[in-house]
Amino acid sequence: MSFAWAKPYEPKTGLGRWFDERLPLPRLVYGAIGGGYPVPRNLNYWWNFGVAAGIFLTVQIVTGIVLAMHYYASADGAFNSIEHIMRDVNAGWWLRYAHMNGASFFFIVVYVHIFRGLFYGSYKAPRELVWMLGLVIYLLMMATAFMGYVLPWGQMSYWGAQVITGFFSAFPVVGEPIRVWLLGGYAPDQAALTRFFSLHYLLPFVIAAVTVLHIWALHIPGSNNPTGVDVKTEKDTLPFHPFYTAKDGWFAGALLFAYCVLTFFAPNYLGHPDNYIPANPLATPAHIVPEWYFWPFYAILRSFTVDVIIPAKLWGVTAMFGSILLLFFLPWLDKSPVRSGSYRPVFKRFFGLLILDVLVLGYVGGAPITPLNIALGQLATAYYFAHFLIILPLVSKFETPLPLPSSISESVLHGEKAEAAPIGQTKPAN
Amino acid sequence: MVRILGFLVGLVFAGVAVISFFVNLVGNIQSPPEATAEEEYHVHPKALHLQSDGPFGSFDRQQVQRGFQIYKEVCSACHSMKLVAFRDLHELGYSEAEVKAIANQWATEVPSVNPDTGEPATRKATPADHFPAPYANETAARAANNNALPPDLSLMTKARHGGAAYVYSILTGYRNQPTELVKKFPGAKTPQGLHYNPYFANLNIAMPQPLVSDGQVTYAEGNPKPTVDQMAKDVSAFLVWTAEPKLENRHHYGWAVLLFLLVGTVLGYLSYQNIWAEAKRKVAPVGPLDPVNKAKRTRATKKAGVAG
Repeated sequence: MSFAWAKPYEPKTGLGRWFDERLPLPRLVYGAIGGGYPVPRNLNYWWNFGVAAGIFLTVQIVTGIVLAMHYYASADGAFNSIEHIMRDVNAGWWLRYAHMNGASFFFIVVYVHIFRGLFYGSYKAPRELVWMLGLVIYLLMMATAFMGYVLPWGQMSYWGAQVITGFFSAFPVVGEPIRVWLLGGYAPDQAALTRFFSLHYLLPFVIAAVTVLHIWALHIPGSNNPTGVDVKTEKDTLPFHPFYTAKDGWFAGALLFAYCVLTFFAPNYLGHPDNYIPANPLATPAHIVPEWYFWPFYAILRSFTVDVIIPAKLWGVTAMFGSILLLFFLPWLDKSPVRSGSYRPVFKRFFGLLILDVLVLGYVGGAPITPLNIALGQLATAYYFAHFLIILPLVSKFETPLPLPSSISESVLHGEKAEAAPIGQTKPAN
Repeated sequence: MVRILGFLVGLVFAGVAVISFFVNLVGNIQSPPEATAEEEYHVHPKALHLQSDGPFGSFDRQQVQRGFQIYKEVCSACHSMKLVAFRDLHELGYSEAEVKAIANQWATEVPSVNPDTGEPATRKATPADHFPAPYANETAARAANNNALPPDLSLMTKARHGGAAYVYSILTGYRNQPTELVKKFPGAKTPQGLHYNPYFANLNIAMPQPLVSDGQVTYAEGNPKPTVDQMAKDVSAFLVWTAEPKLENRHHYGWAVLLFLLVGTVLGYLSYQNIWAEAKRKVAPVGPLDPVNKAKRTRATKKAGVAG
């Protein structure tokens, strides 16, 4: 699709030809993730997290489908059915822990993937739609993860559902009816649990579909790269297979290793003990906290403590939704023509601050409410909005970027032009 | 246009966050938050080391059996354990006959129906039954316990911060309320019917001290002396098993999976090196370089400012 020198699919057998003429599916795969997709040759390991996200989506779908065979979505039986899976289903403990920690790892790799895009300017033209579709996937992931966390019907499940659906009641007039409509009642109960289960099963397939669009949109301009410089010639690229399949392959092994360390030896480390207490609408937990991957947003929500014209809660909820929605406008907020942060000295500093800021927000979101934590969260929230909406546009206007390499191959090959023959062609002697 | 609007929106949100910050700051300076008895006197669980700890952890069958004995003779009077079945006791080393006998002699019987009249009745437990609960329902449990509800213990070590160490600390943490505490926080005096325990979140627990004296339970020969400390440890070890009966399987499979992944990843890495050798050779040649090429490479690396 992307470059003139992309190798077209050539069926090697009679059967392959027969099939290709009738349904060019192998051709599609070859062009998408095979030898027919040229990729910049200088990708670093931050580029491995996209494929890794796909792997964890698969892990979640496969373990989830089997779990659904044993799970019972009932306010009376859900908690016990999870324990039935943990105790009586063959390898059920493994399925359930794999699914729990798989969600966490899915978010870990997606966060790395997002921040990689932020640093290397992967959201800029011509990849705006790739970025926006990625954000849609991220929003769908959040919805799926939230509803999945409700399914065990433990204390945090129940009260998390109560708090998160309560966001809607912050909106005047329409808020409360919307909340009741979403829950199917005045508080989370059977109706909410059943619909959350139904949607939790549906959304991963929607995610998979949007992922196809995400990759499709990516393959039109091709992948970005650490220099941010456009691909110019065949020398700049390598075919996806076998080069990046090999690189992604071993790296996926390493990530799965880390994932299995957690799954098998500290499966509850990222969870909350309260979710091993069955849901009780009459007993509110001392600290209601969402799963770790929502902590930064939870911190933003809790940072608005003063009614300025509109109630504090409405500020918090709007800010929380706004903190993600503003990312959709990023391609037009950052107008610097230089993509890669490596060549943007001022941007680089602020990017470091942003990472620190999000880590602080994450800490505050998971920590108990104390005056100090709230104060930290408020400053970090102010910086978050200032970073994307004020600092980034200004930096992109006034910054002088460093000189860019004239091509990818030059930056990689360090000027050894004689050596820079495309793969597969005869190389000149040393 | 997007940038101007964004700028305004950014100013508004950042501004309101900063206003909130200063309003809270002023509020906290004018009326600093008061200290509470919980903040000052609540303590974290004591250290507890069990054989089930760590990535190689396994159950000390003897200890878990002793813990089961404590549960059966002390805890089960008030606390249910709905998720554990008598058949599960096989895993602790009890024989089929022993499990049958334990189920048959359990103090509470299983709710049932009289086959002749259809009236509610009870019957003796069998290995297939889960441990019968001591109270018929929550109302009965509260009525018998000064309106407190003894929680189900099946998942206790996973449902509390600190896990087994927390259980052990609570069981051995009963003491008289410090007089300084009452002097400093007169409102925090332990109310009638509650018991002071600094390991409990709000310092006052409804459960009376369950393990009161050494020798409260008689252990079979060859076991350590049943001191309060030993009994508390043993029952904590038992509750680790009830909360996570598949812990040993998890550890065994875990090592096998990690070994498999390690081999797979190393092979994957080697094939990656092999595949990229041709493409990378131009950047970082494998093997000794001739001096001319090496100098060229060093110069080029320096110029590009990249570690190659």
